Amino acid sequence: MFRQLRFLFQLTHAHTIARRYFVTNGFDGALTMLGLTMGFYSSDSVSTPVIISACLGAAIALTVSGLASAYVSELAEREKELKELEQAVVGDLENTAHGRAARWVPILIAVVNGFSPLLMALLIMTPLWLSEAGIALPLTALECAIVTAFLSLFMLGVLLGTVSGQFWLWSGLRTLIIALITAGIVLLLGS
Amino acid sequence: MSLIKRVVLDVLKPHQPNALEFAGVIADRHSGCRVKITVTEVDEKTETTVVTIKCNDIPYEAIVDTITGLGASIHSIDEVEVSSTPQPEP
Repeated sequence: MFRQLRFLFQLTHAHTIARRYFVTNGFDGALTMLGLTMGFYSSDSVSTPVIISACLGAAIALTVSGLASAYVSELAEREKELKELEQAVVGDLENTAHGRAARWVPILIAVVNGFSPLLMALLIMTPLWLSEAGIALPLTALECAIVTAFLSLFMLGVLLGTVSGQFWLWSGLRTLIIALITAGIVLLLGS
Repeated sequence: MSLIKRVVLDVLKPHQPNALEFAGVIADRHSGCRVKITVTEVDEKTETTVVTIKCNDIPYEAIVDTITGLGASIHSIDEVEVSSTPQPEP
């Protein structure tokens, strides 16, 4: 089945779209979590369960938004492309690889688009859960979550640099600077 | 009973899969067949190709299913080579 799905991805060049959505929405998820954690950090002490609930709520909303928006838009694009191809070959392509791609690729793209922010959010929330579980951390749970957010954004930048052939460090630093600016604005507005 | 040894088809296919992948899928699904594809014309969404298949006994209907399953359409059979099986001696 994976071979079939990989073939459909290659047929439609959807792997490039999926990679772009993974980074874009992963970035959204990571920056949202950074904003939330910085907001809690700059306010009066908030209990860790409240922070976890707020972050989880935002992560779920981002996931559902990502799933729905990508599915609807990709389905429309694939159906349009299929109709144009059917006109070009003068035939019905419903039961061909192209027809299957038009049905399956939007689902796969939606999964990538929806679950990438969730993955980033869960990664950033890990120190909060570890703290709740009684595991000792080098810094406070919130500070560890913030550091994890910065690291995640740096790694997303490194991934982008690898894809585009740029030097990984500059690419990682670029996204880290964006994260620092975001954190700075939240701290400024929160104080 | 006759065996189809060689067939040359005029096939209109979408750009994807490309000729290499297209030939690979036909060859993978029908072992023992040699597939040659020549792209003769290219337009915005499709390419016209000449597909030559050689085999000891070409499973023609199955190959048609494979080709149409990849989104292509067979416009014509341009050449065909058939061999009759040797008749058993009485």
